[in-house]
Amino acid sequence: MGRFIARRLVQMLFVLFAVSVLTFFIFNVIPNGDPAVRMAGKQPTEPQIEAIRKEWGFDDNIFVQYATTMKKVVTGDLISYFTQLPVGEEIKKGLPRTLSLAFGAAVLWMFVAICFGLYSAIKAGRFADRFLTIISLIGISMPVFWIGALMNHYLGFKLGWFPNGGYVEFTDDPLDWAYHLILPWTALAILFIGFYSRVLRSNVLDTINEDFVRTARAKGLGERQIMVKHVLRNSMIPIVTLWGLDFGAVVGGGAILTETVFDLQGVGQYAAEAVGQLDVPPVLATTMFAAFFIVLLNAIVDIVYAYLDPRIRLQ
Amino acid sequence: MSTPPSGEPLLTVDDLQVSFATEEGVVHAVEGVSLSVGAGEIVAIVGESGSGKSVTAMTVMGLTRSPNAHFEGTAHYKGTELIGASEDQLRRVRGAEIAMIFQDPMTSLNPVMKIGDQIVEQIQEHEALPDQQARERAVELLEKVGIPRARERVTNYPFEFSGGMRQRVMIALALSCNPSVLIADEPTTALDVTIQAQILQRMRELRDETGAAIILVTHDLGVVADIADRIAVMYSGRIVEEGTLDEIFYDPQHPYTWGLLGSIARVDRPRPERLPAIPGMPPSLSDRPEGCHFRPRCPHEFSKCAEVPPLEARVEGSPAHRDRCWLTPDEKREKREVETGQIGLEHKPAAEPA
Repeated sequence: MGRFIARRLVQMLFVLFAVSVLTFFIFNVIPNGDPAVRMAGKQPTEPQIEAIRKEWGFDDNIFVQYATTMKKVVTGDLISYFTQLPVGEEIKKGLPRTLSLAFGAAVLWMFVAICFGLYSAIKAGRFADRFLTIISLIGISMPVFWIGALMNHYLGFKLGWFPNGGYVEFTDDPLDWAYHLILPWTALAILFIGFYSRVLRSNVLDTINEDFVRTARAKGLGERQIMVKHVLRNSMIPIVTLWGLDFGAVVGGGAILTETVFDLQGVGQYAAEAVGQLDVPPVLATTMFAAFFIVLLNAIVDIVYAYLDPRIRLQ
Repeated sequence: MSTPPSGEPLLTVDDLQVSFATEEGVVHAVEGVSLSVGAGEIVAIVGESGSGKSVTAMTVMGLTRSPNAHFEGTAHYKGTELIGASEDQLRRVRGAEIAMIFQDPMTSLNPVMKIGDQIVEQIQEHEALPDQQARERAVELLEKVGIPRARERVTNYPFEFSGGMRQRVMIALALSCNPSVLIADEPTTALDVTIQAQILQRMRELRDETGAAIILVTHDLGVVADIADRIAVMYSGRIVEEGTLDEIFYDPQHPYTWGLLGSIARVDRPRPERLPAIPGMPPSLSDRPEGCHFRPRCPHEFSKCAEVPPLEARVEGSPAHRDRCWLTPDEKREKREVETGQIGLEHKPAAEPA
């Protein structure tokens, strides 16, 4: 197990290295012109450009340039020349917001999807199943910026049931934190609920016909125990994998729309604004940040998978 | 040869009928099967695929219940009627009183649960036993069915066992609450021949130790010859012949039984060029012939076969030997001695080398 984890982590470093090389090339090498000018913001003065060129080593050879750039990214030593704010600080400020949004939404969509998927499978072919299927499809079809805007407008602005955007630190007031996040969580979770409950339903229906479920029944176990310990446990393995990957993807950029609609000021929204202004340092940093989370969650999923399915561990 | 069956039957199936509604119409899987098994007795249900033998066995356990299934008849176990029983009543019987071993040990155990936990789960379902004692019992059971280093292996997962070992685990699981009746549905079909013999040997020993009744469902008469006290031969949803092991093997009455017996490769007889086979295919379950179901494949068919022959004793002096064939016992004895390669049991003496 220890070796498995160690090897997985080494693999993770390789992937991150590859991503960093690609990112470097995309931002610094492929576009024509002087990278220092592109980076320097609106109407820079000549000395400013010169300073940037020197600081980033754009006169050095490409390997040194890569090393300098990555050193800046990793140590959080980046400054946005548009806003004059340190990029590391901004990401640090946005991270708890993005993680709060992603984590809460992930828990919500997983919980609801298990309920929907299991119930759908038990009632397969009957009215409840068909009803939930339609609900799921509607959920999958609604874009988050649309449903988010509707919720914000009607539930937040018109009815005033929920705060109209904004964010409260968890450490300040956990209840208020959750209260402010309910709408964003729901908006983000709806798509995943539809998708996950469809996948879970079909997994459960496959598992229910397995021989070992018949064995469980022949043992005299109750229906609830059969469902939870034998059917659900086996049906959940692929879903948990999916869950980890989607969580990583949401943290690494999937929440951009939700954060923007609800003005949460998370990392995603920060990235979106930076892209809008062609502000290179934050874009560079948030790209690496996204890659890091996606790769990290991939590795965690593999490790958790080995725990959930004992047959994997041999490798 | 084996412990004699003691008086009262433990489990009595009476006129069981099972049908399933499918897209192609109603399928009558079982058409009026009656069967009983007493303590310490091993009864074999023999038949080919689709004969209804597994459905009969699983219906007794309530494992064929579904919205599309329709049941008639009764199955009594110690005063409980199982066919119409509620799911809660059945749960108390399943695993504790009547236990089942399935055909495919590779898929019959939960792949992500330790085998010890799977056994403990069953024990604790039926008995209020603390974890430690239940685990101790699981180890004992695994030792009893012949799993080496049982104490270590109790924490292994099913994928860490071979097929034969998994079937032993299944047997340990089935025995964990000392059931009075053990239903084994093709327990050796998925195993190779040496393992088959070991598993059967183990089942017979366990019967001797615990006095449990065993219903053995199989398509393999070779398996039956080793272990069964009584045999019921099923064909196309009906029992066509039943009797003791000796009655079936030495004086088979139904042409289908002759066919089954004739198609076994034997070492104590001269070997024919080709093993005889029963011509034709079993009838489709949804479209069976009128009268005797074996009629289209039977070389001895005559006019009376259009009527369903009742299952009754026809051989004088053997009241328990019953069959569904209109021929008289004398006609049968004459007809079953045929040329090598034809349907029948005895080969003419001429075929034997000097």
